[in-house]
Amino acid sequence: MVQKIGSQYKEILNQYMQRQSEQNLYVGQNFSRQLISENTSPEDVISMHKAAMQELYEDMPETVWHSFDFLIEMMINYGLALQERQSLLQRQEELRMEMDLAANVQETLLKTTLPTLDGLDIGLLSVPLRKMNGDYIYFISDKKGHAGIAVADVIGKGLPAALCMSMVKFGMDSMNDSMAFPREVLNTINRIVEKSVDDSMFVSMFYGRYEAETSILTYGSAGHEPAMLYRAETGEFEELTVKGLLLGVSPMATYEEKEVKLEKDDMVVMMTDGVTEGRTADGFIDREVINELILRKKGEPAQVIVQYVYDELVRMQNAELSDDFTLVIYKKV
Amino acid sequence: MNIQVDLQESDGVLKGQVGGEIDAHTAPVLREKLEPYQNIESLNAELDLSEVNYMDSTGLGVFVAFYKSVNSQGGHLKLSGLSARLKRLFDITGLGDIMDIESAGKGGS
Repeated sequence: MVQKIGSQYKEILNQYMQRQSEQNLYVGQNFSRQLISENTSPEDVISMHKAAMQELYEDMPETVWHSFDFLIEMMINYGLALQERQSLLQRQEELRMEMDLAANVQETLLKTTLPTLDGLDIGLLSVPLRKMNGDYIYFISDKKGHAGIAVADVIGKGLPAALCMSMVKFGMDSMNDSMAFPREVLNTINRIVEKSVDDSMFVSMFYGRYEAETSILTYGSAGHEPAMLYRAETGEFEELTVKGLLLGVSPMATYEEKEVKLEKDDMVVMMTDGVTEGRTADGFIDREVINELILRKKGEPAQVIVQYVYDELVRMQNAELSDDFTLVIYKKV
Repeated sequence: MNIQVDLQESDGVLKGQVGGEIDAHTAPVLREKLEPYQNIESLNAELDLSEVNYMDSTGLGVFVAFYKSVNSQGGHLKLSGLSARLKRLFDITGLGDIMDIESAGKGGS
């Protein structure tokens, strides 16, 4: 094999020595690609060159052959650097595969089931910026028409954020109570996050408890982007503001809760800051823009609305979102 | 990278100006610059954010982490010169209630 390559090299070199044309140079370039793909080291190429020259021009002065030996020696460290680069590339590929795997695990782990509730149409969309999602939606429901929803956002992105989110999920799972009130849920999760997360990682979370029988949504927020309430009767939006500190900042934090009764065609819009912190060439995307988008599709099913808002926001930001994006709409029907 | 961080410390008093954009790309710069001061005992820190024209939750995270470590050493952190947009961010997250923040145009030196 080595011999075959050596004689190929000699042939190509010979062609070029006879005639220094672009064409012959081009053949050489292609050949070097082949050598690279076969992991031939730079010093081996020079050895090959020396051997070929010795066959083609045996009468060259000794000094020339010595100079090739010297050059081969010079090239050995380049060869090692090349090997290192190749093993780094391989390592990178392994990491990429591990990330893919982790993203899959996260997806499975954090999967949630949309509840079916009388009189409530739910639309939901969560799109991670990178492979791992730092946003999280958790549903819990029972057959009596109670449903809890948590919309959470870890400050921070990527892998650490995703690991932190798993903790929130296990906290919610261990409560396992579809009738729990926001104050109780936020208190519990705050204690878990406060104890176990490093100082610069925090979670914001909106929690809503819905009762189908009364159409009452009780909500609380731990430093989360306020949800919006759309009143069909007035055609106006209002912010559902409620006091509460980010999870993980202080074990002393206490959480307020408020309630609102939904009427036909009212909507509650829950989101993460990836929806509201968008930036376009002209400035920021504010709430007015999002409200306007929702109004345009207000007659459609909730899922159609969330998809439309996402598509439009992506379009306005030239397909470059800067954060994980999560949007949930409850529509009373 | 569009962020400016200017800090001067003497005798346990830290004065600083932060300007530009604090987002996922620039927040690590800010964190690194603040790090040397976070373990000084009873540090009295005031950071002027009036030249900050954008901040997202990543930037907020840096300030909260700094606030926590300064507090745990018996020190005090004040953030001043907050624009309406920044003020809203602190209010939504509930941090406005526990941290010493001051909006632009009110008091200050």
